[in-house]
This record gives sequence, structure tokens and C-alpha cells, in this order.
Amino acid sequence: MTLKEVVNNVASMPASKDAVVDIKNLSLTFQTADGPVYALSDVDLTINEGDFVSFIGPSGCGKTTLLRVIADLERATGGDISINGVSPEQARENRAYGYVFQAPALLPWRSIERNVTLPLEIMEISKEERIKRAHDALKLVELNGFEKKFPWQLSGGMQQRASIARALSFDADLLLMDEPFGALDEIVRDHLNEQLLKLWARTNKTVAFVTHSIPEAVYLSTKIVVMSPRPGRIIDVIETDFPRDRSLDIRETPEFLEIAHRVREGLRAGHSNDE
Amino acid sequence: MTGSLAGPSIWSRMMSGQTGPVCVVLIALFALWYVGAIFMNAPTQIDKYTRADQTWTTSQLIEDTLAQERPILPAPHQVAEEMYKTIFATKITSKRSLVYHSWVTLSSTLLGFGIGTILGIVLAVGIVHVMTLEKSLMPWVISSQTIPILAIAPMIIVVLGAIGIKGVVPKAVISTYLCFFPVTISMVKGLRSPQVIQLDLMRTYNASKWQTFWQLRLPSAMPYLFASLKVAIAISLVGAIVGELPTGAQAGLGARLLAGSYYGQTIQIWSALLTAAFVAAMMVVIVGWLERRVLARMGVKP
Repeated sequence: MTLKEVVNNVASMPASKDAVVDIKNLSLTFQTADGPVYALSDVDLTINEGDFVSFIGPSGCGKTTLLRVIADLERATGGDISINGVSPEQARENRAYGYVFQAPALLPWRSIERNVTLPLEIMEISKEERIKRAHDALKLVELNGFEKKFPWQLSGGMQQRASIARALSFDADLLLMDEPFGALDEIVRDHLNEQLLKLWARTNKTVAFVTHSIPEAVYLSTKIVVMSPRPGRIIDVIETDFPRDRSLDIRETPEFLEIAHRVREGLRAGHSNDE
Repeated sequence: MTGSLAGPSIWSRMMSGQTGPVCVVLIALFALWYVGAIFMNAPTQIDKYTRADQTWTTSQLIEDTLAQERPILPAPHQVAEEMYKTIFATKITSKRSLVYHSWVTLSSTLLGFGIGTILGIVLAVGIVHVMTLEKSLMPWVISSQTIPILAIAPMIIVVLGAIGIKGVVPKAVISTYLCFFPVTISMVKGLRSPQVIQLDLMRTYNASKWQTFWQLRLPSAMPYLFASLKVAIAISLVGAIVGELPTGAQAGLGARLLAGSYYGQTIQIWSALLTAAFVAAMMVVIVGWLERRVLARMGVKP
């Protein structure tokens, strides 16, 4: 190996060996009939292993688009992005992440258990193993006992928990969540947030979480990414240092309120461009 | 009204279900039919009286119009009597048995329905998955149905007969020709019915086209499939009957219709007609039953 090759190899390595998602100078422009729409522009971000990263911003700021680029559901038009050191497409082919959508998107003709085993079936895992893993995943979201029920027999919150169990079932290290609790009421949402944190603390997964709720973002995250629309870009990245096993009570502490204030200021600054 | 104070009256209870309204419509239809029969058959009956120099009363006229041998419009009880005679009182192996003729028609109906359903589904799968097929096939699928079946049926029979294919197959081909169409159209819509979010979900699992088809597209399309099968089975029977007409076929409900009209046997025509309608209704009921069974097994909300 020549020196040049060594240097090249070092240069092509991820920024940090812990970086799960590494985004540099990323942009995405949709070509529409009314001209180009700049959905994302100049996005730089690193998500490290074990991070809980929230993306927050008004609608149209590109937070969902960014998550979809990470998931290879959209393709960036410029810049670089790597997931676990490979392209998003390869990462998707490696089943590197579990994705939770805004709606549960359960298949109505499958029981809860069989909805959870769907990805495992596609990955051609043996039936015995499938049922065992579905059982474990449903236990993580406290839905054990509902295996044989059909989606319509469950409440909205339970359905969304089932969809989280489905994303957990194949044990990907990265969990991408696109406003998973957006359609639920405050009380259910608080409860699910607590459960999600416990789950994160227990499994040591890396989570990327899109939300438009400031308290939710501050409560859950180790890193909050504040975004702004037209063009979609990152205007602030805030690191928090709450303990991993935090309780809902931290929402009353001065640190929490301070961070929430900083997020709100960031959102307001991003918005002032509009008026 | 005292009935309403004591709870729902017999009348309102009967009318709240399905049986009551259906019976009312049925009674109205029979009444209309009888009145029609009397008025349609009266001129020939009066003609007959005049030629025989016979005096007649209204009640006698009514009685006679409902008992003619070759009426213009046979009365319901005449048709019922003929149907009883040819369905129950005749051995089913006899050429006079409507059961025998029904079976002849039914066999090509079912064969055509089976082939048509498979063809319809295969075409839809192709159209949904291959862009070129949608562009090239879809216009032909639609234009195939603009050709009158009565025009094309004799040619199918003749062409297939010329290459030695006779009997049940040519009739089944005509049934197929009619019944693949609703299946294709519905299945194209059904296979495209999964939501974007569900297709995205399959993509995050890196599911193959084939897996997406089996796990998502096909189950999503089931309600659409059954809706189209009900139409398909009924027009499949129409196709089989039409297929029996041009050959002057020896057997089948179509042959009975044709023979009846040759010899002015209106009672025979009407009983063949009602039998065909009954067979079609039974098949739609069976498909409906199958639909409920399948959808219930798929866990659809009752």
C-alpha cells in the first residue's frame, strides 16, 4: 500500500468512527411545474451511535425530507451522505434502519403479530424465530397479549406502538421516526414518550426523530436540530445533557426551560425571514 | 294508531328487514305481469271468439287469455308450470329437461369464467408492473369491449369450428372474452390501491417487487377482485348463451331460447329465460358467499 492510498483511505473514512449518519453539504431540489423547490440546502450533520436526535421546525422546513433521504426514500441532488459508512441505498439494502411513519400503516388483513413479523418474513427468517422476535418486540412496547388482534380492534396509540414494534422486530441499530405521535392526544403522547425513552435507554439504539413539538423534542433528545423553511436548512444544533433515564419531571427544571427557550428562539429567527 | 303504542306493528317489523320490501316488489311485479298478459293476449283471443262466432264475457276472456297455448305474453303460472315440468318432472338426462340444458350452459360459463378471471388477473398484473404493457395493452383491453358480442360470437364459433374445436370450448371463449374485462379493470385499480406510505414501508424493508405483490398489492386488491367477479360471472353466462345461438345449438339454455322462438313457443322461451336468470343469481350469491368467507378470514372489520 502506497502512502497516497493510505491517505486516501483515511480521508474516505467517516468523520468519527462512531458516526452512524454523516451528512455533508447536502441539498435536495425538487423540480416542479412551478419551478424548482429547494427542500434542503447546505445541510451538515453528524449523528453518533446512541444519539437521540430530534428534528424540529415548521412544516415545509424539510425535516421529514431529511429523514427520507437518510432512509433512501428520497435521493439528494447534491452533497454527501453516508449511513454506517455506506450510501443510503446500500444501508437500506442492508436493512440498517427501522422506519416509523406518521401513520401506523399496519396491514389491516394481518393480525398484530403478523404485522410485526412482516419485515422478518420479507427477510426470510424462520417462522419460529419470527414469532419469538415478534413476541419480544411487542413486549418492548407493552403490547403483549394483543398478538391475535387485528389493527381495527386497537386504539390509535396502540396501533402506533405496534408499528414501533414492527420497526424494532429486525433489531436494526438505527430507528428513524417521522412524527410518530403527531396524531395522538397529549396524554397518550406523554406516555409513549416515556416508553420510547425507556426503550432507547435499554436497547442503546440510535434514534432520529422528527417532531413539531418543542417539549417533546427537548424531553427526548440528546441533540436537537432546529430547522427553517425556504430553503430547508439547519439553523441550530443544541446538545443536551439530561441523564438517559430521565423522567417527565425534568420538564419543570430550569435547564429544560432554558433549552426549550433556545429552540423557540431558533424557530422564531428562522421564521422571521418569511415576514 | 294502537299498533304503534303497543310497540312496532307487524307491518313495520316486516318492512324494517329485507324480506318485506322484496316481497312487495315481487307482488307488484306479478300483478303487473298478469295485467300485461291479459291485455297483450286479449286481441288474439277476441279474434278467436269472433271467428268461432262465439259470445264471450269479460271473466271468460280473462280466463282464456291466461291459458293460451302460444300466448304473446304467457302468464306467470303457465311459466311456473312449464318450469316445474321441465325441471322436476323430466329426467335430467332427457333433452327436454331444463336441468340438462342449464348444465350444458353452466359448464361453458364456468370454464369461460375461470379462464377469463385468470386472464384478467394476469393482464392486470402485467399492466401494473410493466409501463410498456400499460401503454400498449390498455387501449386494446378497452376497445375489445366496444365490439358487439353478437357480431363477433358467430365468427369465433365458425373459426374455432374450422380448426376442429367444437363443443364447450368456443362458447367458453366467448364467455372469457366478455368476463376478463371487468376483472382486468378492477384488478388494475385494486393492485394500485395500496397507500404510498405502505409502499414506502415495503421499500424500507428492501422488499422485492414479487414480495410487495404478494404481501401488499394482492391482499389490497381482494375487495376489488370480488366486486368484479360478481359482474364477471353474470356476463359470463350471457356470453355462453350468446355462444349457443349462432350454431343453432342442439343443447343449452341459448338453444332452448332459439328453438322456442322458431316455433313460437313463448312459454318455453320464458321458462328458459327465468331459469337463466335464476342460475345467474345463484352464481352471484355463491361468489358473494365466497367473498364474505375470504374477507372474514382476512380479518376485515365485520
